[in-house]
Amino acid sequence: MHIAEGVLSPAVLGTGAVLTAAGTFIGLRRLDMNRLMTVAMLSAAFFVGSLVHVPIGVGNVHLLLNGLLGVLLGWAAVPAILVALSLQALFFQFGGLTTLGVNTATMGCAAVVAGWCFTALTGILPGSRGLKVAAFCGGALGVLVAALLTACALAGTDEGLVVAAKMLLVAHLPIMFIEGCITMLAVAFMARVRPEMLASRLSGRRGHPCDDVEDAVETPRQERG
Amino acid sequence: MNIDDASFVRPSPIGRLDPRVRFLLAIAATVSIALFRDPLACALALCLGAILALAARLPPGTILRRLALVNVFVLFVWCVTPFTTPGDIAFQWHGIAVTRQGLYLATLIALKTNAIFLVFCALICSMLPSTAVQVLERFHCPEKLVLLFLCCVRYIHVLADEWENLWVAARLRGFEPGTNRHTYRTIASLLGLLLVRSYDRAGRVWEAMRLRGFNGRFGGMATFDAGVADIAFGIALACALAALWLVNAGAPWGPADPPLSWGRELFPGWNRG
Repeated sequence: MHIAEGVLSPAVLGTGAVLTAAGTFIGLRRLDMNRLMTVAMLSAAFFVGSLVHVPIGVGNVHLLLNGLLGVLLGWAAVPAILVALSLQALFFQFGGLTTLGVNTATMGCAAVVAGWCFTALTGILPGSRGLKVAAFCGGALGVLVAALLTACALAGTDEGLVVAAKMLLVAHLPIMFIEGCITMLAVAFMARVRPEMLASRLSGRRGHPCDDVEDAVETPRQERG
Repeated sequence: MNIDDASFVRPSPIGRLDPRVRFLLAIAATVSIALFRDPLACALALCLGAILALAARLPPGTILRRLALVNVFVLFVWCVTPFTTPGDIAFQWHGIAVTRQGLYLATLIALKTNAIFLVFCALICSMLPSTAVQVLERFHCPEKLVLLFLCCVRYIHVLADEWENLWVAARLRGFEPGTNRHTYRTIASLLGLLLVRSYDRAGRVWEAMRLRGFNGRFGGMATFDAGVADIAFGIALACALAALWLVNAGAPWGPADPPLSWGRELFPGWNRG
């Protein structure tokens, strides 16, 4: 979800930047060095996946996938989204420097909320059906919260944009449903093929096989002055 | 899926400047333009953006296509805000009222969006992604974030190729996307497969990097040094921005509050407001 540059008011831009900085800080602190490559790779997959167009009726929509990323990564989704959105701005000029904060904040908050919802629901409803319900809610919530926050950003800029914000929100309702379905099916697929990808989230353990190696790389020393 | 990550990287006067100087100037310029409230200052900023885009020798076809894409949102704003912003009525037609404040807001958004877009393309998109990440490293961005950037840049093309393979394989088996359950199931499975493969690849790459003694930092090859030309360009652009701020100084700060005289020349039937 990209708001173009030059639309939002300074207050909204500033709030977005602060939220993104805080989220990135938390995400990076919780990100273990051994998981860094996984997060980078999933961030690249998020970039590629969000270029995929899904047909709906006569037109097509592109996926957001922030819900799925939140389900897989939790807080680490915020830096992953920051990286992917910066590169989208650099490659295709979707968004830009000043709106990067707001765009990352809307998508990142939604991803974190989707991750919480997924963890909570899988706790309440164990089994494969619970997993599917949780994944659907995670995916749908990712779009819903992102659309809500984007609408708030527009509405908070100027009262003249309130109607535009409402239209944007309504336009995202079908996308929410599709995103939920896709997330549900993709998570079910991963649970069958590579359950450890989800296991790291569900049990709070680190998931990757190479995480078990004892002499893990330490956080690099500060070599600069 | 063809991802072109260097469509604006051209040999040009701006391309030769120090990336650090360009980065700082781009931040100063885009933040300034985002803060402007005066239409004249925004229009001048658009001219500045056009001059920078010309100096960066951006390919005209690509830049116009991207500009059109950005202006889809501007068009949406123009279709909605003039009618929905409360304020003084500029003119009325069969009960549909257009307000002065709405027109003012839509004009500001159109000018600012295009101006920031051109400045961003000319100064930032004209450097390679790896150079941009090295600039971040020089500015003491957190190391983990820099690593995330570098690894993500490195593998985007690999994963895009992987997606292309999956997609072509599906199409060869007769997959025809449409609005139905089968399509969604297939796309979800392909996405799941892409994620599974990237997860596996991340494990392999990380193990390989550690076997080679990776200690958390890549040694960059680029050396940056700012010369006379860089400093001169920096001062010139800073002066231009200061001039724009002076032009903007008279503008009101409130949201969509046009000065009373604004736009009378543009719309003759304006005086009713």
